[in-house]
Amino acid sequence: MSAKLDKLCQNLRDVLGQRIGSLGVDRGEVTLVVAAADYLEVATTLRDHPDLCFEQLMDLCGVDYGAYGEVAYSATNPAGTPRFAAVSHLLSLTHNWRLRLRVFAPDDGFPVVDSLVDVWNGVNWFEREAFDLYGIMFSGHPDLRRILTDYGFVGHPFRKDFPVFGHVEMRYDPAQQRVVYQPVTIEPREVTPRIVREDNYGKVDDRG
Amino acid sequence: MAEIKNYTLNFGPQHPAAHGVLRLVLELDGEVVVRADPHIGLLHRGTEKLMETRSWIQSVPYMDRLDYTSMIINGHPYCMAIERLLGIDVPLRAQYIRVLFDEITRIHHHLFNLGAHALDVGAMAMVLYTFREREDICDILEAVTGARMHQAYYRPGGVYRDLPDRMPKYEVNKFKNAQTVKELNAAREGSVLDFIEDFANRFPAYCDEYETLLTDNRIWKQRLVGIGVIPPERALQLGLSGPMLRGSGVEWDLRKKQPYEVYDRLDFDIPVGVNGDCYDRYLVRMEEMRQSNRIVKQCIDWLRNNPGPVISDNHKVAPPSREKMKGSMEELIHHFKLATEGMHVPPGEVYAGIEHAKGEFGVYMISDGANKPYRVKLRSVAFQNIAALDEMARGHMLADVVTIIGTLDIVFGEVDR
Repeated sequence: MSAKLDKLCQNLRDVLGQRIGSLGVDRGEVTLVVAAADYLEVATTLRDHPDLCFEQLMDLCGVDYGAYGEVAYSATNPAGTPRFAAVSHLLSLTHNWRLRLRVFAPDDGFPVVDSLVDVWNGVNWFEREAFDLYGIMFSGHPDLRRILTDYGFVGHPFRKDFPVFGHVEMRYDPAQQRVVYQPVTIEPREVTPRIVREDNYGKVDDRG
Repeated sequence: MAEIKNYTLNFGPQHPAAHGVLRLVLELDGEVVVRADPHIGLLHRGTEKLMETRSWIQSVPYMDRLDYTSMIINGHPYCMAIERLLGIDVPLRAQYIRVLFDEITRIHHHLFNLGAHALDVGAMAMVLYTFREREDICDILEAVTGARMHQAYYRPGGVYRDLPDRMPKYEVNKFKNAQTVKELNAAREGSVLDFIEDFANRFPAYCDEYETLLTDNRIWKQRLVGIGVIPPERALQLGLSGPMLRGSGVEWDLRKKQPYEVYDRLDFDIPVGVNGDCYDRYLVRMEEMRQSNRIVKQCIDWLRNNPGPVISDNHKVAPPSREKMKGSMEELIHHFKLATEGMHVPPGEVYAGIEHAKGEFGVYMISDGANKPYRVKLRSVAFQNIAALDEMARGHMLADVVTIIGTLDIVFGEVDR
C-alpha cells in the first residue's frame, strides 16, 4: 500500500512541480495543499493527466479553521493562517487511489475560491453546501444558492462563531395569527466542555 | 395555433412519492420535464454541527438517524474514522460481526427501496412482500441490539456486545393461539445466529418471489426500461457511486477494490448493469441482495466457530465491562473519564469511506486533539444522487420523474443531515 502512495506522491511531484503548496502523507492518506490561484488548473491536471487520472470527486466540504486547537472561536487569529478552506476528496478508478485536495481562501472577510464545477460536474451541490454553511464563494459556479438552510436564512451556520443554538427562533403568534421569528430564548448549555489537552494526552498504544 | 408557454409545477414536500420531504420545482413543457430543481434541507438538523459540540462517543447515535432505512451501516465509517485516527485495531470477531450487519442492513435497505420504488410506480403489492421480510430483519436487530430502528451498535473499537444466545419468542395472547405461536417460534428456538441462518436460507426464495412479480412484469418494464439513462462517463462526472454507478456498467465496489474489515476474505460477486437505465439498476439491486445473502452465510459460519472479544480492550477508547469496573480502581477511573470527559483523539484528519447500500458513504473527520471532533463531514450518497436528478429527468415525462426518484434511492435523513 505504501509503495502505491509513494508512487502517487512521486507522480504528483513530477506533474505538478512548483504548483504544490505542500504534500503530506498521514495515516495512509495523501493530502495536497495548493494556492487559490493554481486551484482550478491543478484540478484539471489531476483529472486529465494519465499518471493521476482522478475521474471522480467524491466529496467537497468547507472547513473553518478559526478555532483549531482552541477552546472556542476568537476574532483574533493567532496563527495568521487563512480561516476558510475547501477540502475535496478525489478518487481515481483507474489507479485505485485517493487524494485530499485542500485550498485556503486567501481573504477571511470574503472567502473566494474557484469553482470546480466544469472539472467535475458533480461538485455543484457540494459547493452550494459549502457556500450555504460557511459562506465560501465559488467563482464560476452557475447557481450558487443556499441549499440546506431555510429560505431567507441569515448567516452561515457552520462557522465557528455561529452559536449552535442559532440567533432566531420561530413560534406561532396568536395575536398576529401567523408565525413570527424572535431572538432565541433558550439558554446555551454545555454538558461536556470542549477540552484540548497537552500533546500526547489522548495518545494510546495498542495495550492501553 | 395557441401559444403554449412552459409552466412550473410544485411537487412535494408532502407528496407520497417524494420519499420524505423533497420539494421539487419542475418546469414543464406540456408533460415533458424541461428542468427539475430539487429543494432540499427541509429535514436539515445540522448533524455535523451538533457533532462538533458532542464528545466522540456521543455522536454515534446520530449516525443511525442519517439513513434511517439502513441504520447500522451508517455508524461504520464513523467508527472506522475514529479508529484510524487513534490507530487502534478492531478484534477480528467484531470485524465479522460488522460485515454481517452491514450486509443485513444492505438487504434491509434494498428491500425498503424496492418496495417503495414499486409502490411509486404502481405495483402496490410489492411493499407488502418486502416488509414481510423486513420484519424478520428488524427482529434480528432488536434481539442483538435492543432497538428495531436506531441501534448505535458499532462503537469505536468494535461493537457494543456479542450476539446473544437466544432469540426472543412470541407469546400466546388473545390474538395468537398456542398453535400459531408454535409455528411462529419454530425458527426462534436456537440462538440469534440460528435465526439469521434460517432467514438466510429462506431469503433466496423470497428474492425469486419478487422477481416473479417484477422482473418480467410488462408494466414494470414499460415504466423502467430506457428511463433515466446515465452513460458511464456521466456517472463518473456526477460523482455517483454504488448501484447508480454499477448500473451504468462501471465495475466499482469498495468492498472489492479497497477492501475494509474482512471483505477480502469473503467470496462474493459484483453485479453490473449494461444500459444504465432504471431497470438495470433494479436488476443490480436484486442481485446485490442475493450476494449479500451469500456474505451473511459465510459470516455465520465463521462466527459460529470463532468466539472471542468483540470490542477493543483499550480502555482509553472502549469502556471496560461493568463487572471489571466494579472490582478494579483503574477500570473505574477509565469508565469515569470516558463517561465524563470522553476520549481524546490525536490531531489529524482522516476520510473513511465504505460501500453503503447506496454507494460510497464517507466520513471526513478533523481532530485537533480535543475530546470532541473539530469538524465532521458526512459524505452522503443520496445527496449526490439527488443532485443528478435534474440531468436524469430532463426530456422525460412527469410520471417518469417518480420512477427516477425511486431509482435514486433517496432517504432524506441522509440528504439533509
